[in-house]
Amino acid sequence: MVLSKAVSETDMSVHSTFASRYVRSSLPRYRMPENSIPKEAAYQIINDELMLDGNPRLNLASFVTTWMEPECDKLIMAAINKNYVDMDEYPVTTELQNRCVNMIAHLFHAPLGESETAVGVGTVGSSEAIMLAGLAFKRRWQNKRRAEGKPFDKPNIITGANVQVCWEKFAKYFEVELKEVKLRDGYYVMDPEKAVDMVDENTICVAAILGSTLNGEFEDVKLLNDLLEKKNSETGWETPIHVDAASGGFIAPFLYPELEWDFRLPWVKSINVSGHKYGLVYAGIGWCIWRNKEDLPEELIFHINYLGADQPTFTLNFSKGSSQVIAQYYQLIRHGFEGYRNIMENCHENAMVLKEGLEKTGRFSIVSKDEGVPLVAFSLKDRSRHDEFEISDMLRRFGWIVPAYTMPPDAQHVTVLRVVIREEFSRTLAERLVLDIEKVMYQLDALPSKLMPPTLPAPLLAATKIAVKRTELETQRSVTEAWKKFVLAKRTNGVC
Amino acid sequence: MVVSVAATGSETAETLHATFFSSRYVRDPLPRFRMPEQSIPREAAYQIINDELMLDGNPRLNLASFVTTWMEPECDKLIVDSINKNYVDMDEYPVTTELQNRCVNMIAHLFNAPIKEDETAIGVGTVGSSEAIMLAGLAFKRKWQNKRKQQGKPCDKPNIVTGANVQVCWEKFARYFEVELKEVKLSEGYYVMDPVKAVELVDENTICVAAILGSTLTGEFEDVKLLNDLLVEKNRETGWDVPIHVDAASGGFIAPFLYPELEWDFRLPLVKSINVSGHKYGLVYPGVGWVIWRSKEDLPEELIFHINYLGTDQPTFTLNFSKGSSQIIAQYYQLIRLGFEGYKSIMENCMENTAILRQGIEATGRFEILSKEAGVPLVAFSLKDSGRYSVFDISENLRRFGWIVPAYTMPANAEHVAVLRVVIREDFSRTLAERLISDIVKILHELDTRAAQVLKISSAVAKQSAEDGIVTKKSVLETEGEIFAYWRSQVKKKQTGVC
Repeated sequence: MVLSKAVSETDMSVHSTFASRYVRSSLPRYRMPENSIPKEAAYQIINDELMLDGNPRLNLASFVTTWMEPECDKLIMAAINKNYVDMDEYPVTTELQNRCVNMIAHLFHAPLGESETAVGVGTVGSSEAIMLAGLAFKRRWQNKRRAEGKPFDKPNIITGANVQVCWEKFAKYFEVELKEVKLRDGYYVMDPEKAVDMVDENTICVAAILGSTLNGEFEDVKLLNDLLEKKNSETGWETPIHVDAASGGFIAPFLYPELEWDFRLPWVKSINVSGHKYGLVYAGIGWCIWRNKEDLPEELIFHINYLGADQPTFTLNFSKGSSQVIAQYYQLIRHGFEGYRNIMENCHENAMVLKEGLEKTGRFSIVSKDEGVPLVAFSLKDRSRHDEFEISDMLRRFGWIVPAYTMPPDAQHVTVLRVVIREEFSRTLAERLVLDIEKVMYQLDALPSKLMPPTLPAPLLAATKIAVKRTELETQRSVTEAWKKFVLAKRTNGVC
Repeated sequence: MVVSVAATGSETAETLHATFFSSRYVRDPLPRFRMPEQSIPREAAYQIINDELMLDGNPRLNLASFVTTWMEPECDKLIVDSINKNYVDMDEYPVTTELQNRCVNMIAHLFNAPIKEDETAIGVGTVGSSEAIMLAGLAFKRKWQNKRKQQGKPCDKPNIVTGANVQVCWEKFARYFEVELKEVKLSEGYYVMDPVKAVELVDENTICVAAILGSTLTGEFEDVKLLNDLLVEKNRETGWDVPIHVDAASGGFIAPFLYPELEWDFRLPLVKSINVSGHKYGLVYPGVGWVIWRSKEDLPEELIFHINYLGTDQPTFTLNFSKGSSQIIAQYYQLIRLGFEGYKSIMENCMENTAILRQGIEATGRFEILSKEAGVPLVAFSLKDSGRYSVFDISENLRRFGWIVPAYTMPANAEHVAVLRVVIREDFSRTLAERLISDIVKILHELDTRAAQVLKISSAVAKQSAEDGIVTKKSVLETEGEIFAYWRSQVKKKQTGVC
């Protein structure tokens, strides 16, 4: 006879999560809990708290892809447990990476012979790619100086002040001096002439940006190349160029194929591009391509033998997921040249629709150019009563995340709002955003400005010695003062 | 009136009713090195890639790797939902950022970091232990340089002391950040860093000594306590103040649950930073690691970049910028889902199954076990007699059965020792352990038979030709022996960069 045990505590697995005790107990935040909890409870708790994160697709601050086709999602989940670095165990995945490198190298007109394989690597993002490229330049320069018997302890790199924070990281972590070309009002990218002026014998490379973070502009790499060519022939320093094409690398070849910015220019020795920006892959993949073998010092490369063949590797990260590499390959063969071109043209179209909608309101001046990365950067014509940070905050109430930034030196007095147009930002959304911005302006107009003067000059108020309640306006003013300080303190560097 | 354009028959069939395998996409070669000109349908792209990937190894049978290959479906759901969240957008995803901070604190407490009740831990989530180690090394290098500059001494020749059993990312750190790597050589029977020899190598330019909790090759835990005590002594004599970093990539999520009395973490005063891989025994898919510092003083302020979000300061110190959020969320899921008790149960199961595997291998009588019983759950074993075939042969033959079991030679000075290594992960059940043993026994049998046959044939040939007095061609055995020796030397060359 089977004795069934009386279950005094009803079986936990029968309870729905919201009927169970798990929604009542407070989860430890700083120490691991002692006991396990059912997986459904763990899932529900985390899922629910994450509802309060922003919606990635309404995050108009970011260039990084937030939507992919379901077929690709399937491939991603199937590969989520594949450790990319196990090349021996996953040879097909490794080969997919190699194919991507070659496809991207050809896209950038790398001077390869018919059967030659490109020199490049997949990374976790453009940060890693830039650090690898910078490291290669630094080592090459050190070797050259050592051979010449000259000091090599003070390397420097020249960029514009509009450069993304990862260049500052590279400079700080790898002990290279960062010489920044300052911007000026109306000119928000690196000026090639000023850049070449700053080049000296300790310069390991000049970094140009194709798709400036702040206003999407493409820097004039051709002009930089020509000026540098001249200087190099005068000085014999052989200073090379690196193009940070994090955003622009997957736009220029499709929208502006005649624009010479890549390996067609002889002094460009390496290029990085973010697969997770206009490469149309989720966050976590970038690519770095070198012109040829000579530009990547052999001593930096680690050799792993797999399947009897040599697989050279040059990365900072070791173990990482394979999903994004596979997703990048999916996008490259799924879309092909024509598909990418169509998507970029759509993005550009929708950027124009947004731009025109904003111009029509009459309240904004457009800071971004028509050519470049599809984004719209705009600032208020009249900042006397309200500023761009307030617009950004109010747009959050509608669900939009639109960041506001001040420009780097020497244009810190200019503040912009920036909307990035990604693949999935349709015309419908563009028109809705314009409507919501108009609503916000209307609401702001009705609000008192934080800059309005008080009802009585302060000395007079003190002189009356009457204990008056603070007027409503004064209270409101001191509240907005405090809030303004809070909001303004928010915005330092680290524009992404 | 609407005029409809009649589509030509073949086109309609192609687009509306064709299955992938009846379409032309199955016949067209895909460009391998250049982007194709045209787009193809999404189903075709999916099928093409999915099919080619069938030829990759099966991750769950990849017994070479410590990295997690299975998670609960609920966690998979959370991962899919956050796959499009860029982790670095802290302003936009404040909850995700907070989950990272909670993980850092939980792990710091797990390692007994000396933090007060209301203090937050100093640490960061990374893409893996490689990034974590580079950040820790960078912190040590900068601290040491600042100290030397203050003392007016030269700071251009920093070095780091580790064992030769160290994982390749330490060599990368040394090479990329221009630090000299001083390795303590191993010896036969002693496959980890000897603390005594390590402390002997320490000089005024040493930025830190790196100990490994869970050596890649044998799973052994290095004696961090002994290292600490010897180093305290040396520091007192010299006044150099050399710190310790513990590379607990594998061991960090094992020791606290299985060996809580073992002192290896911040309980030892000279341990200033620890890294652990979330994607090894942290039980998360590849792509997350953690580095924890003892206190603020151990992380030079100048290395930290400050991003203001939501009015509060979020200091960041990472090499990577944009990356996915999924693994961070998955790590938090595991920490609260399993809790202390859950992790402990899983590690105990792993050790049980490791013991089963070890006993089964020992029972064949053909192998020598190099891994210790305490440490990371893995079994490293070598052949007692490598005369007729080697561990590399066994490794190759195991592939036919579907198992991926790597064979390695030890680093200097024990290169003559070759081992097979099986890592026991959470999802390696007893059933699989027993099956692996029976497959190894089958292979031994096959290899024995083959070797015996070759011997028979060649001795017959030799006998025959001796009788005939004919100058024989090289015997089969000799030729085979030569080929074998050549192949073996090729294969042996293969195995550097153990992961």
